[in-house]
Amino acid sequence: MTKTISLTLKIWRQNGPGEKGRLETYPADDISTDMSFLEMLDVINEKLTLSGQNPIAFDHDCREGICGMCGAVVNGRAHGPEKGTTLCQLHMRHFKDGDTIVIEPWRARTFPVIKDLVVDRGAFDTIIQAGGFISVNTGGTPDANAIPVAHQAAEKAMDAAACIGCGACVAACPNASAMLFLGAKISHLGLLPQGRPEAARRALNMLQAMDHLGFGNCTNERECEAECPKEISIVNIARLNREFFKAAFFSDQT
Amino acid sequence: MNWLKQTIWSSIGKKLMMAVTGLAFCGFLAGHLAGNLTIYGGKSMFNSYAAHLHSLGPLITVVEWGLVFFAVVHIGTGLILFYLNFRSRPGRYAVNKWAGGRTIGSATMPYTGILVLAFVVMHLINFHFVDKGQTTIYQIVLKTFGNPLYVAIYVVAMIVVAVHVSHGFWSAFQTIGANHPKYMPLIMVLSIAFSLAVGFGFGLLPIFLWTVG
Ligand code: HEM
Ligand code: SF4
Ligand code: FES
Repeated sequence: MTKTISLTLKIWRQNGPGEKGRLETYPADDISTDMSFLEMLDVINEKLTLSGQNPIAFDHDCREGICGMCGAVVNGRAHGPEKGTTLCQLHMRHFKDGDTIVIEPWRARTFPVIKDLVVDRGAFDTIIQAGGFISVNTGGTPDANAIPVAHQAAEKAMDAAACIGCGACVAACPNASAMLFLGAKISHLGLLPQGRPEAARRALNMLQAMDHLGFGNCTNERECEAECPKEISIVNIARLNREFFKAAFFSDQT
Repeated sequence: MNWLKQTIWSSIGKKLMMAVTGLAFCGFLAGHLAGNLTIYGGKSMFNSYAAHLHSLGPLITVVEWGLVFFAVVHIGTGLILFYLNFRSRPGRYAVNKWAGGRTIGSATMPYTGILVLAFVVMHLINFHFVDKGQTTIYQIVLKTFGNPLYVAIYVVAMIVVAVHVSHGFWSAFQTIGANHPKYMPLIMVLSIAFSLAVGFGFGLLPIFLWTVG
């Protein structure tokens, strides 16, 4: 038997970029606790559409916690109150009957609101374009074991590669800094031998891109690590700092 | 030298300046505390420590100007970072909650920093820019802490410094890239231990002097 709860939602509505937004209140009655948070929003949107109102715009794609499209700040917590969980994987059983839930978009100068809960995370793409890749010549597929990789390095690189680019770290950071995202990318590529040849250029260029975009400066508040749905550790930020110092002070790159 | 300017003015470069100058202040605090503990040894011990210090002559002047330079860098960079970080989130959240990363220390760095600055200015007026011709430094210190208002201000100021350093100490290590599962737990413990040592070490002195004075 499914249990149902009734909630009061306060949701950020904003018609377009640069427009003034406001929190609007919606009742959410008879919500099954088996629903995910996004399914609950689907139910609300169906009702809004049927009554001729604009549905609430929100981003989503895979709904299984792997694509990085979803995300909103729920009662002051990025992706909601559960640890290591994306918004699409948050279930309504974590809420109580009668709860009021405030739902806001990621807020950062670099993530302008497109509509309601949808923000433009193109700034992350700009950072990736600045160096978040390795350059290889096309040709025959190399043998998988041709380049030895230490097990520990592979594990750490995989941990960093778990980043899905959702932007929760920026949303949760008191300074709206993207250092956890950048730390994850720098670690993911820099820990592997294939990533070493471009490591210095990558560190310098990606950091410069991040700074120019207008993200804030990390003050080691650790809110990013606490909110990241993939539980990326700030050890990766320390590694980013080391990679940056190495590149700036000891490499031939300028 | 364009690369140096770029490095220092980057976000991580600014952090590096905060970390290096901040750690230098932590070193200064440790030295200053060790010296001040001679107060518990009584009047002659403290006066001879002060005389010893001044006998170092030019070395002291160099350290003093070094500290002034570091202070300008630490405060200047800190204020720039404060402004930039304020600017990076124009729309505020209606609901703010800490997810478990922030501490009282980390959340108040700019404010505790500015309070420390105000305190340092007062502190220098109290004990540095005073005429020491007719009297000894012990006499001056004892007279100042005969006033309960000064005792209260100094104790509160030391709590503020301790709060600033409780985050600043470990944060500086993270900034310079020294975060490793092998020794980060130790740095975290040292951070708390150091801030407690600063808070109690300095903070109890005015109370002690008030009771003997
Ligand atoms: C006894 C004096 C002081 C000591 C020992 C001290 C120590 C430190 C340390 C170790 C840090 C951490 C650096 C990092 O996170 O990498 C820090 C950060 C900071 N300090 Fe100080 N500080 C002192 C005075 C001041 C003053 C006078 C200000 C005035 C504005 C100030 C403002 C700040 C700010 C805003 C930060 C945070 C910056 C950031 O994390 O990016 N501090 N301090
Ligand atoms: S580091 Fe974590 S919070 Fe930040 S973008 Fe990647 S997955 Fe999202
Ligand atoms: S919708 Fe893909 S991670 Fe949530």
